[in-house]
Formats: sequence, C-alpha cells, structure tokens
Amino acid sequence: MPEFLAELLNQNDIFTAPTIMEYWGGLVTTVQLVFLSLILGLLVAVPLAIMRTSKNPLINGPVWFYTYIFRGTPLLIQLYIIYYGLAQIEGIQQTFWWDIFREAFYPALLAFTLNTAAYTTEIIRGAIVATPSGEIEAAKAYGMSWALRMRRIILPSAARRGVQAYSNEVIFMLHASAIASVVTLVDLTGAARNIYSRFYAPFDAFIFVALLYMVLTFMLVFAFRKLENYLLQHQRPVSG
Amino acid sequence: MIDLKGYGPALLEGAVVTIELAFFSLALALVLGLIGASAKLSKSRVAIGIATTYTTLIRGVPDLVMMLLFYYGGQVAVNNLSDYLYDAYDIDFFFQFDPFISGVITIGLIFGAYMAETFRGAFLAVESGQIEAARAYGFSRWRTFHRIILPQMLRHALPGIGNNWQVLLKTTALVSIIGLTDMVRVAEEAAKAERMPFHFFIPVAFVYLSLTAGSELFIKWLNKRANIGVVQGS
Repeated sequence: MPEFLAELLNQNDIFTAPTIMEYWGGLVTTVQLVFLSLILGLLVAVPLAIMRTSKNPLINGPVWFYTYIFRGTPLLIQLYIIYYGLAQIEGIQQTFWWDIFREAFYPALLAFTLNTAAYTTEIIRGAIVATPSGEIEAAKAYGMSWALRMRRIILPSAARRGVQAYSNEVIFMLHASAIASVVTLVDLTGAARNIYSRFYAPFDAFIFVALLYMVLTFMLVFAFRKLENYLLQHQRPVSG
Repeated sequence: MIDLKGYGPALLEGAVVTIELAFFSLALALVLGLIGASAKLSKSRVAIGIATTYTTLIRGVPDLVMMLLFYYGGQVAVNNLSDYLYDAYDIDFFFQFDPFISGVITIGLIFGAYMAETFRGAFLAVESGQIEAARAYGFSRWRTFHRIILPQMLRHALPGIGNNWQVLLKTTALVSIIGLTDMVRVAEEAAKAERMPFHFFIPVAFVYLSLTAGSELFIKWLNKRANIGVVQGS
C-alpha cells in the first residue's frame, strides 16, 4: 500500500484497512453473483425465447407460465423460497447437492438466474417478434433451413433490437443483487451493513457503498453504449 | 383451503400493510415525478441541474441500499436534531423513524425519479399548437396546465405509469428487510418457526401475483378509456 494511502487510512476511525478489505470482499461477491447469474440467465433465455415464439401452445405455454410467475412476484420472495425451501426438500441433505446449496451463494445464484432469465426471455421474444418479415422471406428464398435462419438472420437481428432493453435488465440485476445480503451473504450491501453495525455510522457505511454501486452502474452504462454503437454501426449516419 | 397454522390473520394484516405502503409510495412518486418533469422542462438552469442530479443519483443506487440509508441514517439524523434542539433551545422533541415511513419515502423517491422521466416524455408529446391555442385564448399558465396539458399528457404517460406501478408493487417486499411487518415479514417468521417455507411463501407470492395481474387489467382498462376518440393506426 502506498505511503500516502496508509496515512490517509490512519487518519479516520471507520475507513481503516480492514474496512476497505471487507468492502473489497463484498465487491468481489457482488460482481461474481451478478456476472454469473447474467451469463447463465442469458444462456437459458435464448432457447426459452425461441420456444416462447412457437405457435404450438404446448411449447410456448409453459414458458409463458414461467415468465409470468417470475415477473409477477418479487425477487425477494423467490430468493426466500429457494434459500429456505431447498433445505426442506426430502433427502437433499444426503446428496451431493447439499454440499453446493448449503452455502448461501448458490441458492442466491439460482434465484437470480431464474429471475433474470424470465425477464430476458421476454426481452428476446419481443425482439424476435419484431423481425421484419422481409428479412425472413429473403432468408427462405435463399433456401435457408429453420436453424440457419435462426442463427444467421433472426437472432443477430433480434440482438440489435434487444440490446437496449437488456442493458436496463443488467442494471436492474446489479441493483437487485443487494438483497443477497438478507440470506447471510456478504456482498457489497452485506459489507455495508456489517460496517454500519460495527461503528453505528449509517451515513459513512451506506453512502460509501452507494457510491461504489454508482460507479459500477455507470461502467455498465458506458460498456453497453459501446456495444450498442458496435451492433448498430451500419445505421450510423455517413459523415463527411 | 390450506392450513396457515394460525398465521392467517397476521398474513392478511400484512397484505393490507403492503397495499397501503404501495399506494402511499405511488402518491409520493406521482407528486415528485410531476415536480421533477416540470423542473427538467423549465428554463431555469438550477432546476434542471437539481432534477438531473436527482434522477441520475436514484438510477445509480440499489433500492435496498437507499432504504437502509434512510432508515438507519434517518434515525441518527433525528437523534442528532433532537439533541441539538434540547441543548440549544430546551425543546423536547423526539420522533421514532419507523420502517413504514422510511419505506414510503424511499420508494416514493425512487419511483419519483422514474415517473419524472415518464412525465417528461408525455409533456413533450403534447402538441405545441395546443398550448399556443390556450395562450391565445388568454388562459393563465396554471389553467393551460390543468385544462390543456395535463389531460392530454396523461394519455401518453399512462403506459409508463403502469409499468412503474408494477415494479413499485414488487419493490414493497424490500421494506420487510428493515423490519416492517408486511406479509413478507409475517411469512418469513412463520416459515422459520414452522420450518415450512413453501407453505407460507407460496401464498404470499400468489397475493403478489394477483395484485400485479389485477393491476395489469386495470391499467389496460384505463388506457382504453384514456384513448377514446384517438384514431390509432393499425
């Protein structure tokens, strides 16, 4: 640690090196949790969104039901049901699953993944449904099979239309991850709550963590703006 | 009917608390949203600056962190104020910051920022010719606002208000974390005591689901009403 930083830390009672390390640990947990749940959620959402656009009610019905339930109830309830509920499943404590789900991280990851997958499914579905019919006709005229059409035409085109709504979902997920602290996980908010109760200093503990979340949010906003520019570069007005 | 092990009345009371919380927060959010949107559309640089800072700050911070800040921080602030008043002016003033008030303030502030964006867009969607016509008839600013702008902007704002309301409704669950005995809190205590998580959380989830589903229908109906007489391109 640089000299001036060590000196600065010694000048106050709250933001000492252990406190900073606690926040750092929280940051790592939050980033891991949000990043993993978003990646897994996206992987689940793409096939579900394709199923959701199917005309067969036996295929799109269950997906509709899933997204309806998960979008219509608070994430906190979903987290409680999974966190407290998994332990109650008959016989789970004898299987290897128990080694995984005994830690709070994995039930939280499962709840967040299922929640974000539901929202993402609807975002992608909206983008798929909005594909201009001419693009699909053209693909058919070229003799593309359903799978090729999906991979080469519909999904890339849907990604361009969905990226803006998806960026909102990512930020929503970052903010929603704060509730992981209620199931004993020490994420950023959990760290702030620990610091608060140790020093009884709500303003220092929570305003600092609010600033950290703000930095993370604006980094995400910036990254998504770059991604949008990249995906939509063919629509940029020709200059000069 | 499922057996709620005697927690039924408490759960019902909790549901009422949840609904009250949601409506009070919505009222605050609508007021803040109107003020925020007016500030953003005003010509005053200070007002624009304050409103923009407000909406940007709210978007950057998780709702739970803000709630914890207001609840714990609010109490410390009140304690300090009460000490100061007692020492300086001999006034005995004390005020217990309860979770319900903190919840309403936090949720109202958060959704006020989102409402401000919704209202801003809706205000801009009102044709300027309408406002010019009102001015030409000699309407005062206030009269132009409540007779001409407000009724026309509501139609554009309704879908946005509806979306915000749906999210707001689900955000009320967070207030159980700072100790409000809403239905989530009751269910959590019951689930822990009886070791039956599914038994108590699933009915609560259903209450939320029916609230969101009911609101969806109501908003659809409102939308239809607000758009009477508007020719829509098919």
